[in-house]
Amino acid sequence: MRQMITARLQRSWDLRAAGNFIGGGAGTGLVLASVLLGDGGLSLVAGLALVGLGLAMVWLEIGKPWRALNVFFHPQTSWMTREGIVAGPLMAVGGGYWLLGHPALLVPLVVLAAGFLYCQSRILRASRGIPAWKQAEIVPLIITSGLAEGAGLLALFAEPAPAVLAWALAAGLAREGAWMLYRRGLVASGNASGALAIFGSGPAQAARMAQGLALALWLLALAGLPVAPLAGLLAAGSGWGIKALLITRAAFTRGASVPYAPVRGRGLPMALGGR
Amino acid sequence: MTRYVMVADLRRCVGCQTCTASCKETNATPPGVQWRKVLDIEAGQYPDVRRIFLPTGCQHCDQPPCMEVCPSTATRKRDDGIVTIDYDICIGCSYCAVSCPYEARYKVESAEYVYGAGPISQEKARAAQQKIGVVTKCTFCVERIDAGVKAGKVPGIHPEATPACVNSCLSGALRFGDIEDPDSVVSRLVGDNKWFRQHEDEGTGPGFYYLWDGGRP
Repeated sequence: MRQMITARLQRSWDLRAAGNFIGGGAGTGLVLASVLLGDGGLSLVAGLALVGLGLAMVWLEIGKPWRALNVFFHPQTSWMTREGIVAGPLMAVGGGYWLLGHPALLVPLVVLAAGFLYCQSRILRASRGIPAWKQAEIVPLIITSGLAEGAGLLALFAEPAPAVLAWALAAGLAREGAWMLYRRGLVASGNASGALAIFGSGPAQAARMAQGLALALWLLALAGLPVAPLAGLLAAGSGWGIKALLITRAAFTRGASVPYAPVRGRGLPMALGGR
Repeated sequence: MTRYVMVADLRRCVGCQTCTASCKETNATPPGVQWRKVLDIEAGQYPDVRRIFLPTGCQHCDQPPCMEVCPSTATRKRDDGIVTIDYDICIGCSYCAVSCPYEARYKVESAEYVYGAGPISQEKARAAQQKIGVVTKCTFCVERIDAGVKAGKVPGIHPEATPACVNSCLSGALRFGDIEDPDSVVSRLVGDNKWFRQHEDEGTGPGFYYLWDGGRP
């Protein structure tokens, strides 16, 4: 049944909310890349700062910011709670690793950063009012996007060693795979035509092209050409652009659902000539 | 066990929006906020086109997605099925709003009035600062129900214990009551008619039934 009132764009979360997914994703991706690839220096601090910046954006968006502490006491409730709870230890362990460089802190740091990234993906997955967010494939998409963005930033700020380039290429390819799965899932769901239209728009296509270009540049960088910084810029920027679109422009609701029309009066059904 | 639900007979609703106005008056919701609203829907393909009036709002779900995501436990479900928000705990993150498949939640950032900068007398009388910056929604007029039940009244039968929108419905399209009581009006309506609930595929178990066919109530 065709309905005139269908989906509309959500107005609850804006660019500030997108900032959390941008900062948190790229930040944890940068933390993971920097510690796993042996660069626990300023890039680690930059990653933690991005995570903090993202959380600050959320703090700016909530209506009662001074009540935010409430969030930390209810881990049983939501993924937003768990994200907040993981953030504190992530900052502490990350700061400790940066200062002391003690190898015992490496594993907890990796677990916390990965946990934070996972929480972010589940926050969107649990948003059941928005078909483009609740799609199951959003989880690998957000995770791989964070990894690709973080690897890109590491190549931008640090020495692009072969391991960094290989990591960035692998993360970028994983993001491409996750994107294809996500898009296929949206099409199959049948509830996200608005989001699919946005993903076909000019800005989204430009971001997608930048992602593809980044992949090509990673290959060239591995071959020895000095293009890693540009690849990193494109890998990070394109992911941020897609996330901004996902949160602010592709976030349509489902609209009302009326599977059956009411039968008014006592006449014949309309299909039989009644009115 | 009690489970309060609302029934909307789509064959009777005339789209007069009296329930909407009644809700706004009772709960003093600010401009742009409609806890109870009636959607005007054109459905079907020419020449088989129909106009449908769909009263909607918070569905008071069995498994509320809004409660699952609430980071502060401000959103809760009572034993009688009514989903509530504690305005003193809510942090206003709007996570519940994007998690609600029924678009039933609202947040206003600052006090807004119907006529410009200042409140009219009714708005002044019902000013509720605790509702600014937090998320609000239909409560099934829970205070009214509780007060009515305490006074020995029956929700859905006695107006004193029944949501304002149901009391105001001039066509009798909106009904309220305990669906666990086999003798209640809502139980009989749901039992005697064909009905649907919105977005059943979400598995939320909405407490809002729409009658569309079957015997006349």
